[in-house]
Amino acid sequence: MESLVEVQGLTKFFTDKGRVLKAVDEVSFRIAKGEVLGLVGESGCGKTTIGRLLLNLLPPTGGAVHFNGVDIFRLSKQDMRQMRHKMQIVFQDPYSSLNPRMTIGGILTFPMKVQGLYKGNEWQRALYLLGRVGLDDTAINRYPHEFSGGQLQRVGIARALSVDPEFIVADEPVSALDISIQSQVLNLFKELQEEFNLTTLFISHDLSVVEFISDRIAVVYMGKIAEIAPAKKLFKAAQHPYTKSLISAILQPDPVAEQKKPPFSLVGEISSPIDPPPGCRFYSRCPERMNVCKEINPRMVEVAQNHELACWLFDPERPA
Amino acid sequence: MSTHSLPTAEHRPALDMVEEQARGKPRVRSRLGWAFWLPTIWLAVVLVAALGASWLPIHDPLAMDFLYQAGAPNGQYLFGTDDLGRDMFARVIHGARISLSVGFFAPLIALLIGTTLGVTAGYFRGRWELAVVMYADVSLAFPGIILLLLLVTYFGSGLLNLMVALGILLVPAYVRVARANTLTFAQRDFVTAARALGASHARILWREILPNVLLPVLAFSFIIVATVIVLEGVLSFLGLGVPHPTPSWGSMISDGRELLGEAPHVSFIPASVMFLTVLSFNMLGDSLRKALDTRESRV
Repeated sequence: MESLVEVQGLTKFFTDKGRVLKAVDEVSFRIAKGEVLGLVGESGCGKTTIGRLLLNLLPPTGGAVHFNGVDIFRLSKQDMRQMRHKMQIVFQDPYSSLNPRMTIGGILTFPMKVQGLYKGNEWQRALYLLGRVGLDDTAINRYPHEFSGGQLQRVGIARALSVDPEFIVADEPVSALDISIQSQVLNLFKELQEEFNLTTLFISHDLSVVEFISDRIAVVYMGKIAEIAPAKKLFKAAQHPYTKSLISAILQPDPVAEQKKPPFSLVGEISSPIDPPPGCRFYSRCPERMNVCKEINPRMVEVAQNHELACWLFDPERPA
Repeated sequence: MSTHSLPTAEHRPALDMVEEQARGKPRVRSRLGWAFWLPTIWLAVVLVAALGASWLPIHDPLAMDFLYQAGAPNGQYLFGTDDLGRDMFARVIHGARISLSVGFFAPLIALLIGTTLGVTAGYFRGRWELAVVMYADVSLAFPGIILLLLLVTYFGSGLLNLMVALGILLVPAYVRVARANTLTFAQRDFVTAARALGASHARILWREILPNVLLPVLAFSFIIVATVIVLEGVLSFLGLGVPHPTPSWGSMISDGRELLGEAPHVSFIPASVMFLTVLSFNMLGDSLRKALDTRESRV
């Protein structure tokens, strides 16, 4: 399938007083048109940074992001500005993502005014979008503080859609919501995904959320992709020790099944992403670590079709 | 729509709305009690008197009654007369013009300059912020009254010079408030959202940052206005304010200092009016800030 977003060797280091935090380290993947790629990992692993880099909201340290074949880091400011309506973002915290001094109507029409789209029809489109995300027309003259978190998240989604994007980075869009509201917003995402022909990078730390929404899932550990596979395959046949530990940590609804589940626990301490040692990032916690893991960083290997992972256990060319 | 159906994306918002109403809208209005209304009434009275000073049926503030000098309040002179036999009531009202216009325009000058510097410093960061913060710190460390004396002695006294001098003195205070508020808002996601839309810096500053920063800055202004009215009094007392015979509250207090023993009202009446006005501005600023805080707590 044709890919919309291609990421090659994307790297982002933050430096502070000579110390280097490797937030994103040589990450490569691609997202096909119309696909939802889930990005999971624990907090601080670089998920959000990857999302921001893909939208060119942060200057990268290295690597490239091709959007529709165009390297966005090489675009001039002016060209980038014109591209921006094709790629939008939905944030985690609905209270922080909407300007408290703007009405909902102002929030929804602002993007169209900035991008010069729907000239003269901005308010009509705002009303249409409000209805589409399940809010009342009367919302248009009200301020964010008059709404609940779930409603505000719907406004955030409507804002992202207002400029007809092709690609959406959804950065933990349901993590701040109550569990009952989460499912509504997730269902809304699924509907809109079809209706607006979206390609989505869906970032979350919640595996079950990602499983529900994604076509493929990439597991991130300390700035590197550990494993990437189609969603169903990842849950059935995860290979990377880190992915296996994540999946075994999901609680089963059936207590008997939960008890029977083979235990898979991690050892050791999480290491620091600041000035990390050479070798596999997961070395300090891996139950199946080997000597080579300490010395050399594993590369991505394809273990099955569409299923890649970075682990020496599965690399046929593992040094002895 | 059946009431027993499960909430779905379509009709759940209506439920949210009910929940919203049960929780109640932010109670801004009900929080504004007497601590808001009393000072408002007092300031309204002072303001109307100051604006209408020329038309109100009061004595000429410069006319002298040589037969009733430093006289106590009576039927003819509501607030008594000063050392030269001038009507204190008329002088307090005309003095309000000076105090209020200095109290309004000096902070306005400072607000315009200080907010611009503070907001751009907090938004753009980097060297510009360093320079602005350095300037603010240095001038805050400089004794204010000395700076005022320097400016007034150099440029001469007079209403305009007084306002400009006080305005310059107050810029750093506004820089700090504006920058601190900008720092918190510039990190919020709605600013990132605007950047992700390709909005220019000017647009982000104007539409996203400024409306948020302006409210705390305006609430802060009430306290500044109160300070400026006192400062004007201090300068007039030192003879550096608006020159005689134009009445101002500070110079009136100063006029009465020789008579504190035999006719204390000459100093005390303008001092009381100034006290009430300053207190009113402070109370108003406090209650507005409290009302704003409740709004901020949710969003």
